[in-house]
Amino acid sequence: MANLKERNEEVVVTANGSAVLQTPYIDAVTNKGYLDVKQHKWIMPEWLKGWIALIPALIFLIVFMIYPIINSFMISFINNFYWVGGSNSSLAIVNFIASRANTRSSIVQSFGIQNYVNIFKDQLFWQALGNTGLIVIVEVPLTILVGLIIAVCLHSIKPLQGFYQTVFFLPYVTNAIALGMVFNVMFSDGSAGLFNTLIGWFGINPVNWLGASASKWSMFFVIVVYSIWNGIAFKILVFMSGLSTIDKQYYDAARIDGASKFTIFRRITVPLLSPQILYITVTSFIGAAKSYSQIIALFGAGPVNFGGTDGTRWITIVGFIYKYMQSTQESALGRAAAGSVILLILILLLTLVQFAVSKNRVHY
Amino acid sequence: MAEHEVYFASEAQMRRYKAQKIITQVLLYGFLTIMGLFIVIPFYYMIITSFKSTDAYNLEVQHGQLNLLLTSSNFSFEQYGKVMGKSGDFGTFYLNTIYTAVVSTAFTVVTSVLAAFAFARVNFKGKDLIFTILLGTMMIPGEMMMITNFQTTMALNWKDTFAALIFVHGVSVFYIFYLRQTFQQIPNELFLAAKVDGYGHFAYLWKCMIPIAMPTIVTIMILSLMGAWNAYIWPQLVASGKHPWLFGKNVHDMHLVSNGLMSKFQSTEFASDDPAKVTGSLFATIPLFIFFLIFRKYIMRGVSRSGIKG
Repeated sequence: MANLKERNEEVVVTANGSAVLQTPYIDAVTNKGYLDVKQHKWIMPEWLKGWIALIPALIFLIVFMIYPIINSFMISFINNFYWVGGSNSSLAIVNFIASRANTRSSIVQSFGIQNYVNIFKDQLFWQALGNTGLIVIVEVPLTILVGLIIAVCLHSIKPLQGFYQTVFFLPYVTNAIALGMVFNVMFSDGSAGLFNTLIGWFGINPVNWLGASASKWSMFFVIVVYSIWNGIAFKILVFMSGLSTIDKQYYDAARIDGASKFTIFRRITVPLLSPQILYITVTSFIGAAKSYSQIIALFGAGPVNFGGTDGTRWITIVGFIYKYMQSTQESALGRAAAGSVILLILILLLTLVQFAVSKNRVHY
Repeated sequence: MAEHEVYFASEAQMRRYKAQKIITQVLLYGFLTIMGLFIVIPFYYMIITSFKSTDAYNLEVQHGQLNLLLTSSNFSFEQYGKVMGKSGDFGTFYLNTIYTAVVSTAFTVVTSVLAAFAFARVNFKGKDLIFTILLGTMMIPGEMMMITNFQTTMALNWKDTFAALIFVHGVSVFYIFYLRQTFQQIPNELFLAAKVDGYGHFAYLWKCMIPIAMPTIVTIMILSLMGAWNAYIWPQLVASGKHPWLFGKNVHDMHLVSNGLMSKFQSTEFASDDPAKVTGSLFATIPLFIFFLIFRKYIMRGVSRSGIKG
């Protein structure tokens, strides 16, 4: 707008008597609406156009995203928070004031850290935290490693490359719940399961994989296998697109120097792929920390079942949050909210640690 | 690897080199085939089991002899009848899911395009602050919002309505962000040229930006449709009962594909009927598969570029 003066602008007196700048570039005069006398119309100011375009999205983002974040955070810091489904306002503060006004209520709400204390005393929370930790530590590196190896192999073949790539992409377009149920049937106990039939060919006795009395580690095995199956597609796709950008000269140079295939992989492929690896690592850690659907789909038999005799054997943090969120027990919602804040902190920590670790190892 | 000319000192060296190359190729294809089988086996198993009657399957289990081939002796459409029939009710799940997916995608695309346009092309105060706040929320896990959204839904009396399914996750910061970047890549000169031709902001958006950004918009549509099809947690919370006002009666089952599959086939009616369970899964998978086969290029390009799980 600095060079506005250089254009042949003229001052026009509009109908209401105010003078406005008018240039051949009609709304080069930005941010001020004005009445165009010749065309009998009002030119909207630019800021108004911006807000009109933004408002539809903004309303929904505020009601269903910004406000819930603040509200849930607040709930986690209200002791004895209770919420009667449908009858009370969803605003934590309104509930809080209502409970103060209602002297007959036996439950007194106040601000504090009672929910966090409750959670840390809760055996189930520690179980959920431990399970989530195990899933993250075992599943993520395995999936990334397998995905990386497949991507490198896939990149170095020529015929049928597109076909294999499509095959490896298939799990991405499937429903995690549906395939979880198929894995549930494939890992049925006794001779009913496909997997038991397969290992039977090698003379191994059938294993009770997912049943209520199955061992913790057989369940874990199935969870990891299914997570790899379910998560590998996206990683292969990202690695493949990263590999296709690596200059082939590096490989030729390494081969002239007589480097072995493993050295090439370790010294060239991995460093040059490090931005993609970091990206996949961060997103996979977040995804694994939020495991939920795959696991309940695997165990089935009940709306929310995490295996074992009491249905909580492999409960995760997210499972813990939903369990308390839907519970009618008093103060359960506060625990769910506190759980979600802890999940947020965990995710932030995981991400920060990864960025710190990768600082000197990622080459852009 | 690049094709390159190789020179050898001797015949023996050349033979060794060629043998090595063949072995490498065999190992590569062998490994990829094994891993490919690992991916494909669940699909294969899903298909063959869906054609078995429950009695035949139970008999196989009793004898400890799973039939892993599709033979005429055990071929039956029993499961398909169950899944599409009254007890399985997959027809209703399909209708609900398609309706939700299409309407919410249309809603998402319209709001995201407008918002991205405002962020990319219009100058107004507070724009950058709002954008920064929205970007910040992308780090926050959805579970945290779900707690309050569930209450809001109940307070609005939206339980078991399509409104809860469509509007609560109707706007995505990620899509706005992704579209904004595409819009910003469109050169500014085009905007100035359009202005000279007398286009206002919205005419420019409609006639220039949307056509240019069409590949990104299609990607967003595809991701949004796939997301709606696979959504499980939120539908399970708010759409697991009967629709409260359709036809004045509480008759319309509100389940979508994923949570309908989970509640009907994994928990209640068919919990111990393995072939029915697997056939239900097949029905939840097939439509997305067909969709994938038609839009394969768009989906694979879109996913690798945008980098999210839909």
